[in-house]
This record gives sequence, C-alpha cells and structure tokens, in this order.
Amino acid sequence: MALLDVEELSVTFSRRGQRTVRAVDGVSFSVDAGQVVGLVGESGCGKSVTSLAIMGLLPRQPGLQVGGKAVFDGTDLLQLDDRSRRDIRGRDIAMIFQDPLSSLNPVIPIGLQVTEVLTRHRGLKGATAAKEAAQLLDRVGIPDPKRRLKEYPHQLSGGMRQRALIAMAVACQPRLLIADEPTTALDVTIQAQILELLKDLVRDSGTALVMITHDLGVVAGMCDTINVLYGGRVVETARRRPLFRQPRHPYTVGLLGSVPRLDAGRGERLNPIPGSVRDLLPWADGCAFAPRCTRRVDACVGEPPELVRTHDARSYRCVNPAPLPGVTPQPQPTEATGPAPAAEDEVEKA
Amino acid sequence: MIRFIVRRLLQLIPTLFGLSILLFIWLRRLPGGPETAILGERGTPEMRAAIRRNLGLDEPILIQYGRFVRRLIRLDLGTSISTKREVTTEFLQRFPGTVELTVTALVIAIGIGIPLGYLAARRRGRWLDHLSVGGSLIGICIPVFFLAYILKAIFSENLGLFPSSGRQDPTLGATRITNFFVLDGLMTREWDAAADALWHLILPGMALASIPLAIIVRITRASVLEVLNEDFVRTAEAKGLTENVVRRRHVLRNAMLPVATSIGLLTGGLLSGAVLTETVFAFSGIGAFLADSISQRDYPVLMGFIMIIAVVYVLVNLIVDLSYSLIDPRVRVR
Repeated sequence: MALLDVEELSVTFSRRGQRTVRAVDGVSFSVDAGQVVGLVGESGCGKSVTSLAIMGLLPRQPGLQVGGKAVFDGTDLLQLDDRSRRDIRGRDIAMIFQDPLSSLNPVIPIGLQVTEVLTRHRGLKGATAAKEAAQLLDRVGIPDPKRRLKEYPHQLSGGMRQRALIAMAVACQPRLLIADEPTTALDVTIQAQILELLKDLVRDSGTALVMITHDLGVVAGMCDTINVLYGGRVVETARRRPLFRQPRHPYTVGLLGSVPRLDAGRGERLNPIPGSVRDLLPWADGCAFAPRCTRRVDACVGEPPELVRTHDARSYRCVNPAPLPGVTPQPQPTEATGPAPAAEDEVEKA
Repeated sequence: MIRFIVRRLLQLIPTLFGLSILLFIWLRRLPGGPETAILGERGTPEMRAAIRRNLGLDEPILIQYGRFVRRLIRLDLGTSISTKREVTTEFLQRFPGTVELTVTALVIAIGIGIPLGYLAARRRGRWLDHLSVGGSLIGICIPVFFLAYILKAIFSENLGLFPSSGRQDPTLGATRITNFFVLDGLMTREWDAAADALWHLILPGMALASIPLAIIVRITRASVLEVLNEDFVRTAEAKGLTENVVRRRHVLRNAMLPVATSIGLLTGGLLSGAVLTETVFAFSGIGAFLADSISQRDYPVLMGFIMIIAVVYVLVNLIVDLSYSLIDPRVRVR
C-alpha cells in the first residue's frame, strides 16, 4: 500500500455573490515510502492548494470546501480533528515552503524555531534540545551551528534560511516531506545546493518526498514519478524517463517544448503554450486544456476526458494524445524507445 | 543602547527650548493678564500697572524669557501667581494623582484592549468581532466627560459599587510620602489605604481609558489579522505546534509592534485628557488646578505644566522605542 494516497481531492472556495472557484478539482496521486514524486504545473494549477489541503493548512474561511480523501498510512487526513492533525504535522509529515525569509518568524532566534519542533514532538528540552538543534543545522550544511542558533532570520543568507527551514522539517525524521517550490526564491547556484541537500536527506533517511514545482529541471533531476497538473486535476502521470521521452498529454508536450534550450539556434523563438491558465474550460464541460490545445478535436468538448492507463504505470487524461514515436504514421519507422505500440491497446477506462 | 538613550535625551533640549519660546509668546498674546484676574473689572489702570510691575510683566518680553530660562536651568519653575507657592511644590503635590489616574487608564486599556482585539481577529466576522469593533467605535465617539458622568451615575450613585469622588477616604488618615497614594499605602504597609486609593481610581480610570481602549482594540485586531496571514504562521502550523504556542510565540509577539507605537502616542493624550475626568470625579490631580491657572493667566504654572507634559511624552516614547528592540531584533537602536 502506498504511504500517501490522494483520491479525488477537491478544494473549492465559494463566496456569496461570486463564482465558485474550484482550485483543486479531483486530484489523485499516490506516494510510496521513500519515493520522490513531483507535482508539476503552471502557477494557478492547484499544486500548492493540494499540498496545503493535505496538511490541513488551508486558511480557515467560510465557503472553503475540501472533498475527497488523503489517506496517509491508513488514516484519512481530511477526516482528522485539529488535535490529531497537529500531532501528525511536523512529526510524520513535514513541509518546506517557497520563500524562506517570510516563512521564518523574524523576531525569534533560529534556535528556538528549531527546538520548538523537538520539544513538541520529541519532548526534548533545554540543553538536550539545543544540542540536537545544532546537530540538525550541521546536518543541513550550516557552518558554525552553535552561533547560528542564536541568530535571527534576517542575519542569515537566503540559502542558509532555506537550510534552516529544512532542518526544522526533518527534525523529527518524518516519513513524508512536502516541498512547495523550495528553490523558487533562491538564485541558481543556491538552488542546485538545496536540491542536492534534499536528495541526500531523502536517500539517507528513506523519507518520501513530494516535490511541488513549475520547474521541469527540478523534476528531471530528482523525481521518480511525476504528476502533471492542469486546472486542478492531474492530466498525466508517468515515471520520469517515459514522461520526458514520450509525453502523451498535449499539455505535457507543451510544457517540455517551452523549456529554453541551450542548443537552440540564435534568434530562435521560445515555444510558449498559447493562451493563459485562465482560459479554462470547467472540467465538467470537457477538457480544461482544450481552449489552448493544439491537438484539439471535437470529442474534447462535451464531457471530461477519461483517465487512460497504460501498462507502464502511465496514465493520462486525453482523447487525442500525442502519438508514440513507434505508431506515428510517418514513413520513417526508427527504433522505438518506448513501449511497444501493441501495448497501447491494453487501454483501460478509469 | 546607552548612546541611543543619551542622544534621545539630548534631543529633548532643543525640543523644550523651541516649545518654551512658542509658549512664552503665545501665552503673553492671550488677551487679559493676571492683573485682570486678580482685580476683576474694578481695578484702575494704575493698580493694574502696579501689579504688572510687581510680577515683572512690564519688562520687555526677551528679558522675561531670559529670566525664565535662567531659572529653568536650575529646575526652578518660579512661583505661582495665584497661590504664591513654588510651582514645583504645587506639582509634586498634585501631579502624582494625575499620573496614577493615567497609569490606571493605560493598564485598563492595554489589559482589556489587547486580548479583546486578539479575540476579535480570531473570531473575525462572528458576534464578538462585531461587538468589539462596533463598541470601539462608540468608545471613540463618546466624549470622556460624558462617559464619566454616566459611569458615576450608574456604578457609584445607583449601585454604590465605587466611591463617586476624591482620591482616598480622608478618615483613613493615610501617611503621605510620595503623594502617589497607592504607592504610599504599599510603602507604609497601610494596606487599607492603598486598596482604598486604588478603589477610587477605578471609575475615573475606566472613563479615561475608553478612547485608548477603543484604539488599542482596533489596532490589535488589524495587526493580528495581518500577522495571521504571514507565511511564518503557516510554518509554525506546519510544525504541528499547539495552538497556544502558535498564538503566543508567533502571532501575538509580531502583532505587538504597531500596538506599542500607538500606546506611546496615546499616553500624551491621556495626560491632558485626565484633566476633564478629574473634574467630574473631584479627583485632586493637576486638572482643576490647571483649569484655574488658565483663567487666572497664571503664566508660571502653565509654562511649567506644559513643559512637564512634553518631557513625559518624550520619555514615554523613548521607552516605546526601546521596547521595540526587545520585541523585534531587526530594530536595532543605535
């Protein structure tokens, strides 16, 4: 059984007099112990809301509705009361956020911000907690940890701050770590260091990691399995290699195509996906991506596309997917890198 | 830190200097003078001139001012025209009452305002929120003296819960040391005297506290609402900390900065607002004395009082600035 199983998760915000917003609209994915899973998509596709809903961290407000299931180790997180959630958060599931400066409390020394987790979940106090905190900072690569414990967030550099946040997240050796765009606010060299650190931590401790990002580079370097989100729903799930080699959903194709390439010719233009994420079709009326899709056919509109599962643990939600190299009707049948085309017939409707 | 305090105290000197020039000119420009107050309508011009000469008011204003400054340097504020006593003596006797009243009002305003503002923010849109926001609007609108009369009528005259006037029951025969009656009672271990003085402070303190209380509720509420949306509160929640820890350590502390600023600014207003409240409750602070001094054109008393208010105001705001660096390490005082 998977460590975390998210089924048909939905989050809607409704306000009197305003259109109901379906930020997450039936997201399903699962994470196995020790696995690194990516949630990829443009801004506004619902990836952050998904993670906050799983953690129970969505701002409490009237009109917020969370549906579906998020089963962690046999318990549905969405059904838990506030106290049990607080017991799990920080101990079994931890989270790292995007902007390390605003995610740290500016008026409290780093030390207390680390030890408070240790006190809460592991009952460590005083000198023991301080010693453990120093070890944690050391483990995430912060030099001179004893001194840093007494410092305040504004006295640390951006990379140090993110390391400190990671130290807090791994303090109780959680079984699942959710990282929401952990490198977006950092400059490129620091990004690489932080990703390397996350990779090491995951490998050494066997923690499962959900990596939320819009950056395909991050996904390519780290994730075992990747879920591509669009309009609050997972449109394609695949293991890393197949996804990068043969993306099936036109949105995934577009995402990969819009990555700038060093080997592109001078003056060659980038290939953005036309339109914006706001040109949404509600999923109930067909494929949300249809208004922007280059492979649109009549069947795209009318009812939501069903989930198509193929034999290699891949699934996508598209009626007219990008063809596999092997089955293209073009006259140059080159060596097929992916699964045999015949396997494509084993399509099962979800 | 010490350099910061010294510099701020040195800044007091030009402030007081400028203030004194303004006041000096302004007070002398007011129509009428002490001689009118003393003689009334009937005084002959010769009698008026004689009094003015006696008080040294016939000399050029620059010379008068020079004399005032020379005395001020020796911390001598002169002699009251109406009571013929040293202004400093008058103040030492009356000002403690006003300070006690102001401090009581501040304690009430802070003690109720911050928790109420916090709760209103946490229960945003619910009845407690509406009640405190609406109530604070009323609190700001009602004039202090009017509220003072209402409180007095209800709690003192109808219910008899609190004394209606004065600072202490004179039959107790309490010993005086500092003229801070509560403090005196504690120092001399006359507990009943201290309790009685405190009891006399409650109603006027509540009346005086109404406006600052309303302002503190609103500022706390707005500030807490802002902090609740901060990323670091989400981080604290993500760590699974108990609600209590999140609230005290992460929300309240960060929400206190704007509140501290407003408390500093409110204190000056409280000292002058105390005057009205004292009148209603026949509370022998500086209030009635000051009101008399204005109508008597008692220049030395007025100058002295306003200078003292200015010093207190600067000191309170210095304390507020120092408290910043305790609340927020990013604010380094230099």
